[in-house]
Amino acid sequence: MTGTPTPAQIAARAEARDQVRTELRSRTVGGRTEPEAAAPRVGPEAVTGAQSIVRSLEEVGVDTVFGIPGGAILPLYDPLMDSAKLRHILVRHEQGGGHAASGYAHATGRVGVTMATSGPGATNLVTPIADAHMDSIPLVAITGQVASSSIGTDAFQEADIVGITLPITKHNFLVTDPADIPRTIAEAFHIASTGRPGPVLVDISKSAMQARTTFSWPQELQLPGYHPVTKPHSKQIREAAKLLATAKRPVLYVGGGVIRSGAADLLRKLVDLSGAPVVTTLMARGAVPDSHPQHLGMPGMHGTVPAVAALQKADLVFALGARFDDRVTGKLSSFAPLASIIHADIDPAEIGKNREADVPIVGDLREVIGDLLPELAREHEAHGKPDVEGWWRQLDEWRRTYPRGFTQPEDGHLSPQHVIQRIGDLTGPNGIYVAGVGQHQMWAAQFISYERPNTWINSGGLGTMGYSVPAAMGAKVGMPDRTVWAIDGDGCFQMTNQELATCTINDIPIKVAVINNSSLGMVRQWQTLFYESRYSNTDLHTGHGTMRVPDFVKLADAYGCEGIRVERASDVDAAIKRANEIDDRPVVVDFTVSRDAMVWPMVAAGVSNDDIQYARGISPAWDRED
Amino acid sequence: MSRHTLSVLVEDKPGVLTRVAGLFARRAFNIHSLAVGPTEHAEISRITVVVDVEEHPLEQVTKQLNKLIHVIKIVELEPESSVHRELLLVKVRADATTRTGVLEVVEMFRARVVDVVPESVVIEATGPAAKLDSLLAALEPYGVREIVKSGTLAIGRGARSITDRAFERTVRSA
Repeated sequence: MTGTPTPAQIAARAEARDQVRTELRSRTVGGRTEPEAAAPRVGPEAVTGAQSIVRSLEEVGVDTVFGIPGGAILPLYDPLMDSAKLRHILVRHEQGGGHAASGYAHATGRVGVTMATSGPGATNLVTPIADAHMDSIPLVAITGQVASSSIGTDAFQEADIVGITLPITKHNFLVTDPADIPRTIAEAFHIASTGRPGPVLVDISKSAMQARTTFSWPQELQLPGYHPVTKPHSKQIREAAKLLATAKRPVLYVGGGVIRSGAADLLRKLVDLSGAPVVTTLMARGAVPDSHPQHLGMPGMHGTVPAVAALQKADLVFALGARFDDRVTGKLSSFAPLASIIHADIDPAEIGKNREADVPIVGDLREVIGDLLPELAREHEAHGKPDVEGWWRQLDEWRRTYPRGFTQPEDGHLSPQHVIQRIGDLTGPNGIYVAGVGQHQMWAAQFISYERPNTWINSGGLGTMGYSVPAAMGAKVGMPDRTVWAIDGDGCFQMTNQELATCTINDIPIKVAVINNSSLGMVRQWQTLFYESRYSNTDLHTGHGTMRVPDFVKLADAYGCEGIRVERASDVDAAIKRANEIDDRPVVVDFTVSRDAMVWPMVAAGVSNDDIQYARGISPAWDRED
Repeated sequence: MSRHTLSVLVEDKPGVLTRVAGLFARRAFNIHSLAVGPTEHAEISRITVVVDVEEHPLEQVTKQLNKLIHVIKIVELEPESSVHRELLLVKVRADATTRTGVLEVVEMFRARVVDVVPESVVIEATGPAAKLDSLLAALEPYGVREIVKSGTLAIGRGARSITDRAFERTVRSA
C-alpha cells in the first residue's frame, strides 16, 4: 500500500469515487413506504414554489395536514385550496396542529404533517416538535419564512426557526431556492420515517413559494451521511440467543421502539418462545397484550411491583427499543444490579448511553426479532429449554401479593382510577386512548388493559401537558372508525381545549374524559409527599364545591360538544355508555373526582427501585421472599 | 479527563458547524479547540475537534455526532499515528535593544517574522501545541502584546486518506 501511486492509479481511484457519488445520488424516493420503488415519473411541470410544495406533499403520500395560515405561508395556502388529495384541517393553535399531527402518526404509523407561518406560528410548534423528538414520532413540520431578502433583518414575524429547532429535530432545512423544494420534502419524509423516527422541519421562504420553478417526481435523495442500520449483526444475535436460552431469571424490557418498528406481532412470538416475563414501558403499552400471562405490566416510577421487582432481581434484562430512561431505572446505579444486559435498538447512540450493554444489537426490531427467533429455537433444540420455573414461582408470588388496585377515596367523591378503568372496560381493546400528562396519564397507563399496539397514545419523554385533546383529534382523523378517548386532566384540558372547536367543525367526534380533581394533581401529590402538604399554586377551582371556573359542561356546550357531568359512582357507566353512543359530535365528560387520590405504586425520584412503595408507607419485604 | 482529537467529515452545507458545535454544548461536552475547512472533495468539509473527555463519553460524542444527517464520517486520530499542528501568530515588543534577542528565539523555533515595525514584530509559527507553548514562554520576557491561535489540525500518517474510506463506508451501508 505504500509508495507513490501512479497517475493511472490516481485516475482510477477518482473514477471509482465519482461512481460512488453517482450511486449515492441516484437513490430515489417515490412513496412513503417504499423509497426504492419505481414510481411513475411526473413532470417536469412549470409551477410556483407553493404549487411545488403541494405537489410534493401529494406525491409523497400525505392525505392530511393540520395547520394555520399566516403572512409568510399565504402563498402555499392558495394552491392548497385546490388540492383534491390533501385534507387541510384548520386548527385553532399551532401547538394543537403539531400534537394532532403527532396523534395521527402515533395511531397510524404514517408521517404526521403540520404547517404554520413564520415567527410566532413557527415558535408555537416548538413544544410539539420537542415532544415528537423525545418520543420518536415521525413528523414533518412545514413553516413559512420571510422572503429570503429579508432573512436576518428582524423582519415582521421573522424567527430563526431552523436555529431554534436544531436541538429538537432529527433534522431541519431552510429552503430559499424553489428548485430545492421537491427534493427537500422527499428527504424530510425519508428522514422522519426511517431509522429512529423523529420530527423534521422544513422552513421555506415566502420568496421561494412565490417564484416560478419546475416540479418533477420522484426525487433523488442527497443524503450521503444518512444510513440507518436496520440489519443486526449475526454474531450479536447468536450471543443474545445464547444468553436468553440459559438465563435463569430473564426479563424482556420492551420500549416504544417495538411499536414504532411494527414489531409487536414478532415480539409476541419471542415472548411465547422464550417463556420469559415481559414488561412494557409507558411508551410500549399495548406492544404485548395485557392479557398475556407472561406480562407483568409497566416498569418504572409508577410501574407494577412485579414488573419493577422482576427487573431488580433479574439475571438477564433484554431491552428491546427501550432507552433506560430515568423514569424506568430509578437510581441508575442500583437498577437491575444482578443482570447482564442485551440492548437492541435502531439508534446506536442509545446503546451504552445510560447502562453498559453486554450484548449490543443495532438494528430494526423487526429484523432483530426476526433473526433472533430461529436462533433461539436452535439453542433450545441443542440445549433444551431454560429452567425458569423457580423464577415464575417468585414472579407469581409477587403478582398475588401486589396486584394492581386502588383504595376508594375517603372523602366519598369519585375514584379517578375507577372512572378510567370503566372507560377501558366499556370501550374495549379496539378503542384508542390518548392521555395528557400527570396522574390521569399514569392511571390510564395502569388501569386500562391494552391488547394491541398504537391504541395507547401519550407524551412520555417530554411530558407535555395539553397533549391529549389535539393528539386525540389527530388519532381520530387517522383512524376514523375507532372510538377515541382523550383521558385528560383538568389542568391539561385547560391548556389545549380550544381544539374542540376544530373537532366540532370538522366532524371529528372524539370523547374527552376530564378527570377533574380541581388541581394540578401530580404536582399536588408530590406536595403531599415531599412538601408537607403545602399546596402552593396547585388549586384550579374546577371541581365540586368550587366556583367551577370554567364550568367544563358549559364550555363543552359552547364548543358544540355534548357536555356531561358525573359526580357519583353510580352514574359513571351510564355516562361512558352515552358518550360511546354519540358519534355526531365530540363529547366532554366532566368526572369530578376526589383530589386526594394518589398514583401508586411509586418509586420516588432519584431513589432505588428496590425502595418502591406499593401504597403510601407500604414497601414490599423483599428478604422474606428471597 | 483525556484529550482526544476527532476528524469529522461533513457535508459542506450552511449551518453544519452550528449543528456540530451545538451538539457538543447541549450534551455538555467541552470543546478544547475546533478548526474547519475544505477538503480535496468540493462537497465535503473537515472539522478537527479536540475534546477533553473520558473514553465512555467520547463514545457518546461520536455516536451523537454520527446521528447528525450532515456528518459523513468520524475518525479519532491517535497521537502516535497522526500529525497534529497549530498555527500561532504572536505580536511581541521588539525595539532596537531587544530585537536581536527576539529574532534568536524565532530562529531557534524555526518560526518566521511576518511583520516588523520599530517597536514590535509579528511572528508566525506552526507546530504541535507543546512547541508553541515553549515558543510563547521564550517570548514572554520581551512582552507579548497579542496572541491568536488556530485550532489543532490533524491528519493520519501513511498513504491512506480518510475521505477514501468515507466513501467505502457509504457504499457498504447504502
